[in-house]
Amino acid sequence: MSRFLRPAARLAASTRAATSIKANAPSFSQAIARPVYFGGSSQSRAYAEGAGVKEYTVRDALNEALAEELEANPKVFILGEEVAQYNGAYKVTKGLLDRFGEQRVIDTPITEMGFAGLATGAALSGLHPVCEFMTFNFAMQAIDHVVNSAAKTLYMSGGIQPCNITFRGPNGFAAGVAAQHSQDYSAWYGSIPGLKVVSPWSSEDAKGLLKAAIRDPNPVVVLENELMYGQSFPMSEAAQKDDFVIPFGKAKVERAGKDLTIVTMSRCVGQSLVAAENLKKNYGVEAEVINLRSIKPLDLESIVQSIKKTHRLLVVESGYPAFGVGAEILALSMEYAFDYLDGPAQRVTGAEVPTPYAQKLEEMSFPNEQLIENFAAKMLRL
Amino acid sequence: MLNPLKANSRVLRRASIRRLAQPSVSVISNPIRSAGSLSQRPNSGFVSFPGALKSSFTSSLKFETPESYTALPTYRVVDQNGQVVDPSFSPDISDEAVIKLYKDMLYISIMDLIMFDAQRQGRLSFYMVSAGEEAVSVGTSSVLDKDDPVFCQYREQGLFKERGFTTEQFMSQLFANRNDNGRGRNMPIHYGCKPLNIHTVSSPLATQLPQASGAAYALKLQRLQDPSSKPRVAAVFFGEGAASEGDFHAALNIAATRSCPVVFICRNNGFAISTPTLDQYRGDGIASRGIGYGIDTIRIDGNDIWAVREATKKAREMALQDGGKPVLIEAMTYRVSHHSTSDDSFAYRARVEVEDWKRRDNPITRLRKWMEAKGCWDEAKEKEARDSLRKEILKGFSEAEREKKPPIGSMFEDVYESLTPDLKEQMGQLKELLETYPEEYDVASYEGGVASLDVPKDN
Repeated sequence: MSRFLRPAARLAASTRAATSIKANAPSFSQAIARPVYFGGSSQSRAYAEGAGVKEYTVRDALNEALAEELEANPKVFILGEEVAQYNGAYKVTKGLLDRFGEQRVIDTPITEMGFAGLATGAALSGLHPVCEFMTFNFAMQAIDHVVNSAAKTLYMSGGIQPCNITFRGPNGFAAGVAAQHSQDYSAWYGSIPGLKVVSPWSSEDAKGLLKAAIRDPNPVVVLENELMYGQSFPMSEAAQKDDFVIPFGKAKVERAGKDLTIVTMSRCVGQSLVAAENLKKNYGVEAEVINLRSIKPLDLESIVQSIKKTHRLLVVESGYPAFGVGAEILALSMEYAFDYLDGPAQRVTGAEVPTPYAQKLEEMSFPNEQLIENFAAKMLRL
Repeated sequence: MLNPLKANSRVLRRASIRRLAQPSVSVISNPIRSAGSLSQRPNSGFVSFPGALKSSFTSSLKFETPESYTALPTYRVVDQNGQVVDPSFSPDISDEAVIKLYKDMLYISIMDLIMFDAQRQGRLSFYMVSAGEEAVSVGTSSVLDKDDPVFCQYREQGLFKERGFTTEQFMSQLFANRNDNGRGRNMPIHYGCKPLNIHTVSSPLATQLPQASGAAYALKLQRLQDPSSKPRVAAVFFGEGAASEGDFHAALNIAATRSCPVVFICRNNGFAISTPTLDQYRGDGIASRGIGYGIDTIRIDGNDIWAVREATKKAREMALQDGGKPVLIEAMTYRVSHHSTSDDSFAYRARVEVEDWKRRDNPITRLRKWMEAKGCWDEAKEKEARDSLRKEILKGFSEAEREKKPPIGSMFEDVYESLTPDLKEQMGQLKELLETYPEEYDVASYEGGVASLDVPKDN
């Protein structure tokens, strides 16, 4: 079977998968209708415990981050399609128009290159715009401004023109939106010197990283995930404050383990945590799950530290396999941790096909909990 | 769930997204009619559809054709012979100031000739001249406020010169030496200067247009937040070829809808590299596009510096009215030169055509004729000016060529605001390499030599 149909091929090749996949893969409608709650008894978490902890959806966390930064700095404004009157296609900007007015929360015509260009120009002129793309799939229209202008102008102007801008919006695999709405752009933006790229998973990630992005003097791409918006996570008291930021370039160990390192990001973090719990339940192995948080700069140190402990590396991401984030981390593990590995580092990625629309085919195109568990079990020869 | 008006226009593109857009908490269903809601009145002779508010109904089935409109006129003040054709015109500046503008135009035309030849001699990799278009850049610059931020395309050296860019600054950029504002990171002619409020020239065509709209929006916001601040506009240059890029249309539309105080200045010079305007667009030039986007527009004779000045002055005023709005100027010129040193235009146009333009109508000779008629210029002054400008440029040329290159360490700086650990590591590795093999790498021509790779401790 083709190695390019990676998850699907592996799924089909896996004898364990055949029976359990249907039961475990949540369908699209379920995922939307019933928010999944993380941080329950099944997962041990290092933060967000104790007094004052509140449940936040990722949407609310992003909204709070935007509101706080708009409040704190008059140079900050947000623009994008339907961010104002309609409160955002995904309601992330809900209430901001009423609170900050139409000069700072701006509905734009449907022209990604127009409003991304306008935002870049405003940033080059000293404002701190937050440019929302309805999805990063549409940002391809505007990628010239992101890559050629925002990322390069500081350097090419000889250091005289900083560009403090935040590009944000949903990215990566969703459900039922086919090939032109399901792509993961982490590797695209992650390959550009001059850009910083973050990809939050939980509510604390979302708030802390978005606030840090807006404050960072460099152009930052914040890759959110549509299916995470409605999910709830506990938010610690510290994270509820308006000075909460998460530093870039620092990954977070979401689950400690000694047998296998799973490096992942965005929505795949949740999937990997479920898989890790099941690995423990079904095989008695402890997988360590690292939430990258930041794609560029990448926290190589945390990855290497973990490999030194577990001696096995699996990367889980939803992008295409070729030249992806997984490919990069595997290459880095060869360069910096080869001697600590007991076996080849491996990856679970999206399938090398334009994402099909049909639900069953789409499910087979991306990693899911069962697939990650099965693949890890195979890797560990369990 | 959906606003039907919005859904209709966007349903094809966004439907699938909309479906997912339903958040888990229920929202919307807004019973209040917003100010923007409209309805068709019974028996009205006028249309009240949301998309067209000033249209009357008609029962005649008639398509509009572009031919049914006469081409927009081209405004000019002084004709090809230097004669004033606008009786209401009187110069708003002193003779000395006119002579300064003339010398600026002369300066760049002389610099262009010298640098074009220098490129042919292999002394720099690339150059672009602006022959035939000097009046547009010098003229607009002379009436914009020095604090107005400007985005250039790449053929506006006249604006840099008029604003005060020095010979040393021009030459340092062209030779990418240690005095270059851009620290040697850009191709020749990609000038930029913060104190002069001119953004660094960026190669991808037309990206400067929406960015100028954004700069204008920033000015507008700054003024809203601090009404005592100085009213300013953003100005942006582009060619008629760049106007075929999507960015042009996006920029005009967004500047119009967001009421940004920006002056769009098109240099319609007849050619986009080798593509003549006939293959570039149909319809009445770039000006007709401006009107289509609801933008106040004028077409002017770009070879007449007085027309350029009058129109730009007025455009700047208009752009600041009503809380800010965009204005479009289409300046008609002829690109006398090749597109760049990478182009030989005689492959696609007759030499005689170019010679004809050079002789018949040229912005520099036109102003010279006007000045001579006025009695403030003559052959002796012309010769003196040409000689001294040439000397000044050649002096700057040879100084800049001999100057040291930027420090090697600057290669790693300004990728981000501060050096990242990765960049510091690369600096260290390069330093180690250069120190290990000093015979293989001659770093003497770079300012500071290997020492510039010492990783700064403070960040």
